[in-house]
Amino acid sequence: MSQQAPLSSVNDFVVRFANVNGSGSASANELFARAVLRHGVPVSPRNIFPSNIQGLPTWYEVRVTEAGYLGARGGGTDLMVAMNPQTWDKDVAGIVPGGYLFYDSTKPMPSTKFRDDITVIGVPLTAITNSTYSDPRQRQLFKNIIYLGALSALLDMDPKLIEQLIGEQYKGKEKLLSSNVHALHLGRDWALQNLKCPIGLRIRKADKVGDRIFIEGNNAAALGAVYGGATVCAWYPITPSSSLAEAFTSHCKKLRHDPETGQAKYAIVQAEDELASIGMVVGASWNGARAFTTTSGPGVSLMTEFIGLSYFAEIPAVIMNVQRAGPSTGMPTRTQQCDLIACAYASHGDTKHVLLFPEDPAEAFEFAAVAFDLAERLQTTIFLMLDLDIGMNQRLCRPLKWDDAKQYDRGKVMTAEMLEEGRDFGRYLDVDGDGIPFRTYPGTHPTEGSYFTRGTSRDRYARYSEEGAVYADNVQRLLRKFQTAQDMVPRPLQANAAKPTKYGVIYFGSTAPAMDEAIGLLESRGHHLDRLRIRAFPFHSSVASFIAEHDFVYVVEQNRDAQLRQLIVNENGIDPVRLVPILHYDGTPITARFIADQIGNHQDHIKVTPLRKAVS
Amino acid sequence: MTYIAKPKFQHPGIKKNTLGYSHRDYEGKISTLCAGCGHDSITASIIEACFELSIEPHRVAKISGIGCSSKTPDYFLGNSHGFNTVHGRMPSVLTGANLANRELIYLGVSGDGDSASIGFGQFAHAIRRGVNMAYIVENNGVYGLTKGQFSATADRGSKSKKGVTNTDNAIDLVGIALQLGATYVARSFSGDKKQLVPIIAGAIQHKGAAFIDVVSPCIAFNNHAGSTKSFDYVREHNDAVNRLDVLTGRDPIEIDQDPGTVQIVEQHDGSRLALRKIDADYDPHDRLGAMTFLQKHAAQGQIVTGLLYVDPEADDLHSHLNTVERPLNRLEAADLCPGQAALDKINASLR
Ligand SMILES: Cc1ncc(C[n+]2csc(CCOP(=O)(O)OP(=O)(O)O)c2C)c(N)n1
Ligand code: SF4
Repeated sequence: MSQQAPLSSVNDFVVRFANVNGSGSASANELFARAVLRHGVPVSPRNIFPSNIQGLPTWYEVRVTEAGYLGARGGGTDLMVAMNPQTWDKDVAGIVPGGYLFYDSTKPMPSTKFRDDITVIGVPLTAITNSTYSDPRQRQLFKNIIYLGALSALLDMDPKLIEQLIGEQYKGKEKLLSSNVHALHLGRDWALQNLKCPIGLRIRKADKVGDRIFIEGNNAAALGAVYGGATVCAWYPITPSSSLAEAFTSHCKKLRHDPETGQAKYAIVQAEDELASIGMVVGASWNGARAFTTTSGPGVSLMTEFIGLSYFAEIPAVIMNVQRAGPSTGMPTRTQQCDLIACAYASHGDTKHVLLFPEDPAEAFEFAAVAFDLAERLQTTIFLMLDLDIGMNQRLCRPLKWDDAKQYDRGKVMTAEMLEEGRDFGRYLDVDGDGIPFRTYPGTHPTEGSYFTRGTSRDRYARYSEEGAVYADNVQRLLRKFQTAQDMVPRPLQANAAKPTKYGVIYFGSTAPAMDEAIGLLESRGHHLDRLRIRAFPFHSSVASFIAEHDFVYVVEQNRDAQLRQLIVNENGIDPVRLVPILHYDGTPITARFIADQIGNHQDHIKVTPLRKAVS
Repeated sequence: MTYIAKPKFQHPGIKKNTLGYSHRDYEGKISTLCAGCGHDSITASIIEACFELSIEPHRVAKISGIGCSSKTPDYFLGNSHGFNTVHGRMPSVLTGANLANRELIYLGVSGDGDSASIGFGQFAHAIRRGVNMAYIVENNGVYGLTKGQFSATADRGSKSKKGVTNTDNAIDLVGIALQLGATYVARSFSGDKKQLVPIIAGAIQHKGAAFIDVVSPCIAFNNHAGSTKSFDYVREHNDAVNRLDVLTGRDPIEIDQDPGTVQIVEQHDGSRLALRKIDADYDPHDRLGAMTFLQKHAAQGQIVTGLLYVDPEADDLHSHLNTVERPLNRLEAADLCPGQAALDKINASLR
């Protein structure tokens, strides 16, 4: 291999930490990301972990990006912090030419273990740790802080900012605070004395973070459930959704206890399985509480019978589905957007369900809260479609906002007073022509307004009936209701290219940050595209008009079978030829480079052989 | 509630409870079950128990799964909300409903197929959680609605109407309920109203998970092959008639039994049940004793009936979760939403 000039870049590179699961590295690595943020430089980190508790490899990748690109960059690692002997070969191979390898040089390694087109930085971490600490757990934990200290010197970071962060983390725990700061300086001082600092990669103070917050999507969605007024949560553990329910639990503990009695204004049940969790949601919602469950693909599969009941018996339900790679157990700790069809048409018979697609934690918060309004307004299941990439990674996003004047939309509920006035109550009467009937809560009135809820066919007054016409009338109304939903769900957002263009691109959810960056890459290649970010199903009419306004439209998604494209074709009667699928489904988050390459190549191809030549 | 019961013309001599309600106020739709089905007798006992307790019917939420037994909530308490959920999953729906509004009375109605097979897990977990409910299994040993397959409570060695012998062991739901910590456990017989009505009334008043197993004969599918009164026999001899229409109606089986005695009850198919009513001096506060008693008599081929166990000090899921007294479904934005000020603090902690 030829010698290569070492990489040189300020505030724009990718650091990857390779660790052993269970070694306590996660908090040190996160500290690194947050320290970069404190320099005013945006970061976009990603957890890459196996579905295993201890011993197997994990990686944490931090993209340092002054330009603020929050998608995964892809294309190799600029600085590899190789702390896991198990993955050494793969980690070393993943470094870009000219990149840097940081390793524990306590034990000598044969030269064949290195590459000559990278810069190798050895720090005797184990030796430093062992000479300072005798307790094995301390050795393990502080080794992580020591490498962080060394990195801070190598990357020219301000140690004060890191100390400040440690201070906030261990506020009130003086001993832990000082020992962490000590470890930080052990590493930093060793590097300053023994190595050439800084290297070609540097963090320089900038002012590019602003008031943005750094939060995981699952945590934000959990807060959305608190703010949206959810009082009942029934869930069953499954990666990557468990942290959502756990975050809801801890927020409720802080925010939802009656100050006088200490009693809880919520009920959280870890159910025995997903059948029970959705059953509890349906029961609680039937009885007028705001209820939700959290799950991922396999859980959705189990819940489908109840989802059909929610649809047909018209009972609100909120399901927060943090998608992972399927089918079956698939890749439990890898990301995909692969449950669209399973959720949109969940359960047997003719069903259609509302899906919401947040792009980042801020929208996850907003959509989680709005899901409860929608569920009660539409009296049906609402899916909040997150994925592992949003759910389990911290992202920079705008601060969370709430309008204190906001009241919950409890939907069409007939009260005892309304019944007393003599209002005609037919549980499945379409009084307003929007397909949405009135419901009553159990216990409303001694003699009026009670009805029998069932998943079996019934007439407008909830009386059991298998008359064909009665059934058809009911399912037609349900379609009408679904059309009503179109204008109630978050609308697609359109952004036009700087120049007029015949081409468009449709995308959704966690693809958004990569798409923002890809548009720039494509522009630099001379390709201009208008873009439409879909935020919900059913699709707003602007989706069809966007497609009609362009010669053809790329549909970018993270699954094998082009599920969003299928839904658009199926629901809007669009000619499939006009929708070009761009698909990424290896379980890693989609990158701007991937999108730009795929669309760019296609665009180049069109320019050579135009599709739209007259043939007459 | 500020609402007074509807004024309704009734015979002045009709029996009324302390609310001024008569039996009719506790009735529901007309049953569509086979005439003589044990489930109808249980319906009558539920009506009687609610009447005697002077319960406001609309304060009851009646929730069931799927099966003939699960249809019965339509046939009582017409002024209360009912919910026919999905097969076997009544317990989770009831649990959710109970969490949403702790002020209502929760009556769960299920079958042995519903609770001992597809819903066995949900049955167990609702009991284990101590959901405040009266959970009634109308136990006929068969799948009625799907026409006669064995359920998991069918005794080993018993024969289906098709002559198939059951080779699997039976699940005793009462034994399991005791094991899982139910705080009110009883078994009764659909035909023994004298015993069943107070048992149901007790379960409704009990705070915590109350479970009642009610032996309830199915006239359609527990009749043996070769019987001239069997479903198949009648069908074979009457081609023109619709399957359900030819079921011969019978009077429900009724018994009157003294405590401490064993009574042999003959079912429609001629099979016999040995029901042992527990003694007057039986101690229902001893869980372990109840389990031993049950096992001992089961070994003698006897089905023990009566209130087997009760913990008068029991608490329920709401006490375990320490939820507020006010029903969760009545909390509004002002109670639930911490507001922008709290969010500002959270935002600040995330920078
Ligand atoms: C998921 C599902 N599987 C199967 C059925 C069919 N099914 C309806 S009722 C029933 C059994 C009912 O038996 P049981 O609960 O004992 O009630 P019974 O009719 O005997 O009172 C079955 C299997 C169903 N409705 N749903
Ligand atoms: S089939 Fe059996 S359980 Fe069902 S209604 Fe008839 S007698 Fe009752």
